Amino acid sequence: MSVPRFWRELDTRYNLIGSYCKITKTYHYPRRSFNPEAGRESIGSMKDYQFKGTGEVISSTVVYQAQTGYEMFGPYCIAIVKLDEGPRITTQIVDCEPENVKPGMKVKSVFRKLGEDSESGILHYGTKFMVNEDNELDETEDDLPDIEV
Amino acid sequence: MNGIVSYGAYVPSHKIETGEIASVWGADGSAWAKNLNVYSKSVPGPDEDVITIAVEATRQAMKRGNLNGDHIGAIYTGSESHPYAVKPTSTIVAEAIGATPNLTAADYEFACKAGTAAIQTCLGMVGDKQVENGIAIGVDTSQGAPGDALEYSASAGGGALVIGKKKVIARIDHTTSYTTDTPDFWRREGQKYPRHGGRFTGKPAFFKHVISCGMMIMQKAGTEAKDYDYIVTHQPNGKFPIRAAKSLGFTNEQFETGLLTPRIGNTYSGAVFLGLAAILDVAKPGDRILAVAYGSGAGSDGFDITVTDEITKIDRSETVEDLIERMKIINYATYAKYRGKLNMGATK
Amino acid sequence: MRDVSIIGIGITKFGELWDKSLRQLGLETGLAAINDAGITSKDIDALYIGNMAAGSTLQQEHVSALMADYCGLTSQNIPATRVEAASASGGLAVRQAYMAIAGGFIDIAVVGGAEKMTDVSDTESSYTVSMGSDEQWESKAGATFASLHAMIAQSHMAEYGTSREEMSAVSAKNHYHASMNPMAQFPFALSVEAVSNSGMVSSPLRMLDCAPNSDGAAAVVLCATEKAKKYKKKTVKIIGSGQASDTLSLHHRKHLNQMPAIKVAAKRAFKSCGKKVRDLDLIEIHDNFTISEIIALEEIGVFKRGKAAANILKGETRLGGKIPVNTSGGLKARGHAPGATGIAQIVEIVQQLRGEAGDRQVEGAKIGMVENHGGTAATAVIHILESE
Repeated sequence: MSVPRFWRELDTRYNLIGSYCKITKTYHYPRRSFNPEAGRESIGSMKDYQFKGTGEVISSTVVYQAQTGYEMFGPYCIAIVKLDEGPRITTQIVDCEPENVKPGMKVKSVFRKLGEDSESGILHYGTKFMVNEDNELDETEDDLPDIEV
Repeated sequence: MNGIVSYGAYVPSHKIETGEIASVWGADGSAWAKNLNVYSKSVPGPDEDVITIAVEATRQAMKRGNLNGDHIGAIYTGSESHPYAVKPTSTIVAEAIGATPNLTAADYEFACKAGTAAIQTCLGMVGDKQVENGIAIGVDTSQGAPGDALEYSASAGGGALVIGKKKVIARIDHTTSYTTDTPDFWRREGQKYPRHGGRFTGKPAFFKHVISCGMMIMQKAGTEAKDYDYIVTHQPNGKFPIRAAKSLGFTNEQFETGLLTPRIGNTYSGAVFLGLAAILDVAKPGDRILAVAYGSGAGSDGFDITVTDEITKIDRSETVEDLIERMKIINYATYAKYRGKLNMGATK
Repeated sequence: MRDVSIIGIGITKFGELWDKSLRQLGLETGLAAINDAGITSKDIDALYIGNMAAGSTLQQEHVSALMADYCGLTSQNIPATRVEAASASGGLAVRQAYMAIAGGFIDIAVVGGAEKMTDVSDTESSYTVSMGSDEQWESKAGATFASLHAMIAQSHMAEYGTSREEMSAVSAKNHYHASMNPMAQFPFALSVEAVSNSGMVSSPLRMLDCAPNSDGAAAVVLCATEKAKKYKKKTVKIIGSGQASDTLSLHHRKHLNQMPAIKVAAKRAFKSCGKKVRDLDLIEIHDNFTISEIIALEEIGVFKRGKAAANILKGETRLGGKIPVNTSGGLKARGHAPGATGIAQIVEIVQQLRGEAGDRQVEGAKIGMVENHGGTAATAVIHILESE
């Protein structure tokens, strides 16, 4: 990934910054300036939102033939995670036996290295997820922060 | 009085045992473990490095202290294994905690005491009222050359201290340092592994500086060993810190809480931060702590710390012990792969 | 709007074609199609090229001009257009030509697709293939193209009980068909057990669940039906065409185990010619992974949701069964060269509808469907063909 292309999405990747659409009252990740569900009215109504970083596994797989840059992990787990606020992301579940990840498992965000451009290129950092063993009550809609509209 | 407002720690979740490393070289694992008093050491995953560990430790400190990026005016990260030789770890930490752009930042190097030098700088910035809070981070993912004695102990981990003047959980009443030009351990630019002076790293280096600094700070504070509840020093193995503490008149009860190297190895710039975090996890108001860091090259930074009532108001449920307990054993093959010791050759 | 016929077809063997460059493949297959049609280059009004990977594997863009030039068509300053939609590039190129002819803009078009996947290492061609998904938010997160389909399979198995054996049956059937196709990359049969025991790629998908990354080329000559009599007494007509898109990334889909773009494209294709599923005699399906064939058949409506896998195991989609699927061998056994695949599928249906499919002939085949998609079905293109 080129320098400007990575830099542009820094806070999206580091801090899980997405968007909240004031029209449909829905959350979106990554950040976007336009919500297709609300159409052009949504332009100007998308507010920056920082996700809590907790979510649940929707589906997962153990990858044996690694994607470029992921060779050092051995078989690793890729999953689609639904963040508590609603949006889904594709991510690696780290620090566990990859076969043990199952749909429904609660996960939380961690800061990890995503890769590098080359041995002399810039390093790419971002968010991955690990199994969340904290005993937390399930979030209800009431627990989501109020957004000033 | 200024001091520690919050603290954070991080140790990776993999570990390798001394016996496993020894078996690769045909050495006597249990003898090595006993000689060094190091039984296992932490190993960072392929996607972890000084930057990721610094971020995790700092984020824990921020959460614990109920702080956000606007409260932070300075970030300094000390390490001898920064991923970039040029481009500071501290700016990435700043971005990851939302502290940009209104802050100052820089990276420090002074072997294993790079992070504690940062504490002193933060005290200066806070004391001079230039910033509300500063963060000092000590973290390393250092490596020992395969087959070298350091391979048994060089590990990964780190901690962060938020230094400020409001809601201080532990005052830093005195700090002083003992610094000389002593070439006991070094790494030249471009070299992958450090080199050291063997037994020269003991008496003329580690012990001279740690003990001298310890004596200097107790003199400055007008104290003796028995006035302290805890001591934590730099701990390159599990033997040196015990000997140093005893030389300064301290007992087992005083140094055992902060002595983590036997289980997690030598986290270099992270060592004193992690030992101090382990102490703060259990300390009570009024407890007094002596912290003496050591960095090769060489120097010791000493701190006289007193815990306040504020410590009972913060959430100390995520402890260093929790981090150590979750570590899982890996074998040498996985360790070599994770630590980039395998020659992958050029693919392009 | 005019009717459009296919008057010529050409296809190369698919596989590791070390001796052939991209432009050579294009020329070879284009000439074969033109010869089959009985036209000369002067008769061609426009050239359409399907290609996905030339930019990343060969650092060559502007493939339209490359092919037009190499095939000697720039001397007549032919309009040449390259179409890209990941693995749907070929099918989409055909649709562009179809619309241009049906709309009366041109009379005769040559549509060719070619790809050189083996000019780069497996790692690089694999990475290139993942460019059909979301590079920033799927590939960079560590997801390979196979892992995305693995999660699709996991979801389908969890919700509908689709089994390992049933997925293997897709691959085994396609290999059986390919054993009768001289142009196939892997013209040999495979047992269900062999598929189920092959090496793991991304759980639950195994090596033999996954189509290869091949070299290959295919071409068709499209002609306005009213002008086709000059070249062919009877032609195969494109009677229906439909196209649809869906979110690029899998995680933005409502259901992980559905491919709605295929459903909508099929509906549009059926509507455009007034045909229904039961009118189809055979189908070429985009089986880049065995699970894709299973889901595609459900989206088109050949089987009810969740029921395709069991029917495949029963043999309903095998030659001689209720509705033969992938008599060519499919992407798995015939080979998969992204830009060429969509056109190779059409070549197979044309051969079948002409009665020229040899041992793999479907008796009395009159109407066939071609389903071609790109990414995790972010683009779907479907054509319905009928013999005159």
